[in-house]
Amino acid sequence: MTKKTSILQRLLTLWRRELKLFSRRPLMLALLFVAPIILIVFFTSLMQDGLPTNLPAGIIDEDDTQMTRQLVRTLDAMENTDLRYRYASFSEARAAMQRGEIYAFLHIPAGTTERALAQRQPRIAFYTNESYFVAGALLMRDMRTLSELAGMAITRQTLTARGMTDADAMTAVRPIAIEAHPIGNPMLDYSVYLSNVVVPGCILLFVLIFTPYTIGLEWKNGTQRDTYELAGQSTLTMLAGKLLPQTVLFSLMMLLCDVIFYKILEFPCQSGIMAIWGVGVLCIVAAQAFGTFIFGLMQGNMRMAMSVCSLWGVLSFSISGLSFPVMAMHPMIQAFSWLFPLRHYYLLYVNQALHGYSIAYAWPSVASLIGFILLPLITLPLYRRAILHAKYHS
Amino acid sequence: MNNLRNILLIWWSDLRDMLRDQGVVLFVIAVPLAYPLLYALIYDNETTRDVPVAVVDYSQSQLSRQFIRMLDATADVAVVARPATMAEAEELNRRSEVYGIVAIPQDLNERILKGEQAIIGVYSDMAGLLYYKALLLAATDASLELNKRLKIERLIPGGTSQQQQITTQPIDYDYVTLYNPQSGFASFLMPAVLILILQQTLLLGIGMSNGGVRERFGGFGIKSGHVFHNAFNAVIGKALAYSGLYLILAAYMFIVVTRIFTLPQLGDFGDYMLFMLPFLLASTFMAITLSTFIYRREDCMLLFVFMSVPLLFISGISWPGASVPEFWKWIGRIFPSTFAANGYVRINSMGADLADVRSEYIGLWIQTGIYFMTSVVLYRRELRRKLKVATKQILP
Repeated sequence: MTKKTSILQRLLTLWRRELKLFSRRPLMLALLFVAPIILIVFFTSLMQDGLPTNLPAGIIDEDDTQMTRQLVRTLDAMENTDLRYRYASFSEARAAMQRGEIYAFLHIPAGTTERALAQRQPRIAFYTNESYFVAGALLMRDMRTLSELAGMAITRQTLTARGMTDADAMTAVRPIAIEAHPIGNPMLDYSVYLSNVVVPGCILLFVLIFTPYTIGLEWKNGTQRDTYELAGQSTLTMLAGKLLPQTVLFSLMMLLCDVIFYKILEFPCQSGIMAIWGVGVLCIVAAQAFGTFIFGLMQGNMRMAMSVCSLWGVLSFSISGLSFPVMAMHPMIQAFSWLFPLRHYYLLYVNQALHGYSIAYAWPSVASLIGFILLPLITLPLYRRAILHAKYHS
Repeated sequence: MNNLRNILLIWWSDLRDMLRDQGVVLFVIAVPLAYPLLYALIYDNETTRDVPVAVVDYSQSQLSRQFIRMLDATADVAVVARPATMAEAEELNRRSEVYGIVAIPQDLNERILKGEQAIIGVYSDMAGLLYYKALLLAATDASLELNKRLKIERLIPGGTSQQQQITTQPIDYDYVTLYNPQSGFASFLMPAVLILILQQTLLLGIGMSNGGVRERFGGFGIKSGHVFHNAFNAVIGKALAYSGLYLILAAYMFIVVTRIFTLPQLGDFGDYMLFMLPFLLASTFMAITLSTFIYRREDCMLLFVFMSVPLLFISGISWPGASVPEFWKWIGRIFPSTFAANGYVRINSMGADLADVRSEYIGLWIQTGIYFMTSVVLYRRELRRKLKVATKQILP
């Protein structure tokens, strides 16, 4: 019983010491409190419309008849397209695209209407700049729909002229229609894919870099022995003493994110906010454990440990699969993706907040995160050696 | 002449320090060489092919089977399961075995025979926009193809096939994807990634080396020796050491990375290098400026690493520039990477020449000028402080 209270007392002493350290370093305070808030403001204001709307596009209307003007008006009225620019020739439009003024253009050659009415099947063409993936994809959707509509309008006219009703003609043109049901994100809001995974991802990145940084400062200042003594010569107590205050602070920042995303901005959250916060806290602890593990492996080489964690953290944004699916990556990378806490955050976010499925379906991720948390245990002997012998490497 | 000699001395001293410092070498040589290859491996396949989907076929007719065959034949999706009910299909989705469900209604045949429109439901997992895009495109393509056949059979029995074709599709259209014909993900994202790798590793490398100098030379980012007592020379010497190395790395991005991974490459090498010159100079001077605020070697990692993520979005590559709010556009103009990423895409992927990217090019030279001045001013300020401390020590 006395031993237990003494561990608790030791932890309390260490925690107080850590918090004092934080309060003396403005950089740490800024990164802990200010940076996450800037990131939240940045991502939510960047994607405030959910989907980019009114992307500049151009048109070359060489035909210039009532029908083509009608087509142009229809296209302009679509949500994603802003037909701001007119061009006289193809080369002019292409040059404008190269200067980055437009993302797409539609080319209606002379004689289109005449050929259509004479049933000689004219061709129109649209060009999108796929160097800008999102913009190109969105405009492609509009232009594709429009081209279908253009054709259908004429077919319908022919059919109604043969005595069909409008509805019949529509059915005749499109006997089978496709109806899309996006599961979990009916508005197709882009922010729902990016902001609420990227911002927690940035917090996890901070955690990854912060952990070896704060542990390493002991070596840098030559105080690792003192801290070890304060912890009653227990590496585990020493690490817990150093890291738990950060766990609490980062978890509070994560809660702030969750409140902003799911309560204020009302992003879809099937599981309730506590479940997704729980996922966040689990990932924070996993990232701390990973940083601790790396620092142990490097045997007290703070700079190398921080470098590895930085590179790991930056890579995790791509490898988590939130913009480009993991299953389309190289098989080696697919296996590698298990080693990134953000990958598991993303999978658990989809499972919990987006779909609201039972957590049992995502057990591999939960197991992996628990695995991360156990990792530092392997390096405890290395820590002991580093505490007793290693010096700071610059 | 003396100045030139001093600049060369500083250049040599900084270059030697850089190459001897493991921590700096990791960021200014190993990362720029290896990271692009890793990213190219991540975006290996460029596009999502064969997204696994389940089809619930309540119709069980020849027509529905024809639709499923067409859907499976598209490059975008693969039909991997044929569960009997929606509930079973949803269970497959929960277990992440499929990323979408296509439901064919029971009355498909009857409705078509009666001349009514039949509706096929497509339920897409929104865990990624690319799944949705792939599934919707594939289903639409399959339905358009099937519609065409149905119309030809029913509408104009006995008409010529040309006539049928025209009635079903009076206006034909071409869809041309310029500059990135496969709509590949790597082709689109890699330019921004490469530019950010160059800029961010410069920030980290210079920040770290300056932190090291501070730790070695009594808290000041100024080495001992009289040659370092001229701010102008010291800044130019250091910039030559880093920009020189980075010009080689920029050439590596153009020659090796884009070729190995067959990314679009329409640009002229000369134009490209001319464009990269102000970008690397501006980044170097910005890094020197910011490094005067770094007091510990390791602090720069805390500061600079996370900036890469917002910078990627602000560049107008991954999120369309036209949709970036005005305020963030102005913030973006502080960083060389914003101009550079846009110029790089246009030169390399779209074959633009220097005249086409004039505004970016001028922007980068303006940044070079401004950051050069701030570097010199901040170095001079620090130098003055150092000399003050030094005189105090001599004359107590």
